[in-house]
Amino acid sequence: MPDLRLPTLFSRWFRLVLTLLLLGLLQPALATDDAVFQETAKALAGADRNAIRQAVETLGVSQDARALPMLEALRDGRLAVTPEGRLLLRNGEALTNALSGEPVALPTETLSAPPLNNAIRRVLTAAIAQLQLVSPDRKARLSAARALADNPHEEDAPALRQALAKEQDAEVRAALALALAQLDLNSSEPAARLAAVELLGKEGGPKARPLLEQMLAKTEGDELLSQAVNQALANLDFRQALVNQAGNFFYGLSLGSILLLAALGLAITFGLMGVINMAHGEMLMLGAYATYIVQNLFRAWLPGWFDWYPLAALPAAFLVSALVGMALERSVIRYLYGRPLETLLATWGISLLLIQIVRLLFGAQNVEVANPAWLSGGVALAPGLVLPYSRLATIAFAALVLLLVWLLFQRTWLGLQVRAVTQIRPMAASMGINTARVDMLTFGLGSGVAGLGGVALSQLGNVGPELGQSYIVDCFMVVVLGGVGKLAGTVAGALGLGMVNKFLEPFAGAVLGKIAVLIIIILFIQKRPQGLFAPKGRLVEN
Amino acid sequence: MAEDSLSARLLPAAPPSEPSWTKWDSLSAGLSRLHGPTGWTVILSLVLLFGVAIPLLNRLPAADSAWHIPDYLVTLFGKFLCYALVALALDLIWGFAGILSLGHGVFFALGGYAMGMHLMRTMAGEGVYRSELPDFMVFLNWKEMPWFWHGFEHFGYALSMALLVPGLLAFVFGFFAFRSRIKGVYFSIITQALTYALMLLFFRNETGLGGNNGLTDFKRILGFSLQEPSTRLGLYLLTAFLLLLSYLLCRYLVNARFGRVLTAICDAESRIMFCGYDSLHYKLFAWTLSAVLCGLAGALYVPQVGIINPSEMAPAASIEMIIWVAVGGRGALYGALLGAGVINGAKSWLTVAFPEIWLFFLGGLFIVVTLFMPRGLIGLLDLRRRRKTA
Repeated sequence: MPDLRLPTLFSRWFRLVLTLLLLGLLQPALATDDAVFQETAKALAGADRNAIRQAVETLGVSQDARALPMLEALRDGRLAVTPEGRLLLRNGEALTNALSGEPVALPTETLSAPPLNNAIRRVLTAAIAQLQLVSPDRKARLSAARALADNPHEEDAPALRQALAKEQDAEVRAALALALAQLDLNSSEPAARLAAVELLGKEGGPKARPLLEQMLAKTEGDELLSQAVNQALANLDFRQALVNQAGNFFYGLSLGSILLLAALGLAITFGLMGVINMAHGEMLMLGAYATYIVQNLFRAWLPGWFDWYPLAALPAAFLVSALVGMALERSVIRYLYGRPLETLLATWGISLLLIQIVRLLFGAQNVEVANPAWLSGGVALAPGLVLPYSRLATIAFAALVLLLVWLLFQRTWLGLQVRAVTQIRPMAASMGINTARVDMLTFGLGSGVAGLGGVALSQLGNVGPELGQSYIVDCFMVVVLGGVGKLAGTVAGALGLGMVNKFLEPFAGAVLGKIAVLIIIILFIQKRPQGLFAPKGRLVEN
Repeated sequence: MAEDSLSARLLPAAPPSEPSWTKWDSLSAGLSRLHGPTGWTVILSLVLLFGVAIPLLNRLPAADSAWHIPDYLVTLFGKFLCYALVALALDLIWGFAGILSLGHGVFFALGGYAMGMHLMRTMAGEGVYRSELPDFMVFLNWKEMPWFWHGFEHFGYALSMALLVPGLLAFVFGFFAFRSRIKGVYFSIITQALTYALMLLFFRNETGLGGNNGLTDFKRILGFSLQEPSTRLGLYLLTAFLLLLSYLLCRYLVNARFGRVLTAICDAESRIMFCGYDSLHYKLFAWTLSAVLCGLAGALYVPQVGIINPSEMAPAASIEMIIWVAVGGRGALYGALLGAGVINGAKSWLTVAFPEIWLFFLGGLFIVVTLFMPRGLIGLLDLRRRRKTA
């Protein structure tokens, strides 16, 4: 039970305010820190190697943001000293003041470099690593921690401990723990060794396993330690299994949302209207190519806004696919209503035409669609489990599109008409609904939603003329599995397929897993020809 | 009846009570049930053209003569005949039972793979690596053959597998699908999933059938070199003969009561079931026979074309087979043959002369045929005939 009594809550707030106040009081102290920093940095400009080494060490534990670039410049030979003893950073031709950051114009001949020796280089590397460990940039922290884990030194231990206490990111924590534990495993203190083993078991991730196994071989006689190592190994295995399952779940969800985006349009055209649209995959492809065009337009005319091009691509892709879809419905498909096999063949012909047109316009090769910066990278949940932003965004996008489609069908006048026409067409017509127009709009909507799916696909994989062909079988499987005419069925079908696929993959491999899924579907449809969500009532008899 | 057969066994053969010409009469009656005089004339002239004229024009005139038919054309015609056999098999189920299969490429490829395996086994030791194992296995560093490769060194075994494997797959698949009354578009989509799944399976190297590249580089069949023009001509003639036999068999079946029940199933399945027919048996027989014919076509195709790979199982390949039947006109058997010839002829010409046009042509054909020519080329012929008589 959380304690919700007023005094406790109050005291929590009180403590927070107190801390903030204290931080305010510390401000002058920081100012003196700045003076110390200035003084230490000056030492780098001198000629005394011992002083330089000490200055490097002091800078290594300083909290100042200017220290890291300065030390990196020193390591790379880009730190220059003016005759008056000012420190400059050299970046190619440009010079900046290392302390104030202002650009400086000076002839390069007058500059000298601080003298370096091996002792300085050693402390320099350690100091840079220490500074990187507390860098606000996750990537810098991770690479620093990894560098230390590969080559740990006794003198880094305090910095590692400090960093570990503050670190939030799982992957960086694992690298830090790995580095620290390697130091402590060889410690002469049994307690430190035990703590290191425990730490590895908790945080170490997959890379800790060989270390612990080595350790196990060396624990002869030390009953307590070998127990601890075994416990840690079991811990690791358990965590790894959990991480694997979580990864499967996430990637299953991601694949499911991709399938959902790809199949949602088909759920409308095939599921609601009963049109066997073999050109559905090409609607996805058109959406992806629309994204490609929008990307190129942004690159040419709005390079500053390039990162936001996918948002502009959404309406464009929707419009392109919807317009093509409506044109197809008016010109070909409407003459084939009620003749499903003929529709299948005609739409297959349309898909061939669209593929060949795109091939002539854009070439047969894949085109390059770049990910914007905010979609690259990812969150590390655990060592070995990174959730890429692009996949997270796809899941969110799929949910959003689903919501919009649902709202459109349930809450708008158009949706009402669509439902009326698809349920009892003659009755809807006699109530004054223009069924031909509704057919066209519904088909356009389904195609447009496929176009939106194309935008998502363009961010995840290759964009080429055959993009749609690789999805068409999956799309039909999703809709048939879910049960024709049910949005909920399509969602269940897509997510179910995605999950089953990803959970089968570790046992069977990607291809056999997919084959197994297809066979499972074929067997499932034998049992329930109407799909997961069978329609009831008058819809059952065709 | 029982007495008849008993007496027939016990008594010495009695002199024929009927004059012998009545036997010829009944045979001709049977034949005329298959086709009218016009039909037989057409068949006879086609047999003369493909079975006599083309081989003679290939063998007799000098290579530079205008009448000479080069060897590559003979092989090309052989390929077309194989496709025509596939189209025939498709029309049997689509044109008469209304079952549209988007996965017949599987049966064709399975037949082809069985024959390809035989050809690979008989050239053991003559591959690039001079190994007893097929080249691709050496390449993958395999030490012994997978179990299912055993036995394929015997021609008879391989041939029976080329017919049995597609037949068995079709039987099992069809049994489950028809039993649960999967019909129309759903059946089509499931067959497409079937061919897609098997294509993925055959693309894997671990499956043991050559992966991406499939089986190729064949040397000889039954001791005859596959490079020899005479072997190729022989294969072509065999294909033509088997196509004729298959056509007559199918024609017989659809003209018999069996065919009428199939058509009835296509039109009103529940009604025919209430009349006491078990539609499962009829559909399953037609479906399995169709798959076996496809396997036969595949087995004839591989030695002539010299390669079999998983792309034959691509969903697009199977759908292309459908357009042969659709263009020719379904429900008449000979329409399918006509369609396969016309489309593949056009393909051979267009893909060389205007490579960009081919897909436009094919795609446009799908649309035009479904919209404007629901009965295909045959429908156009019928229309003209009816106008003449009117």
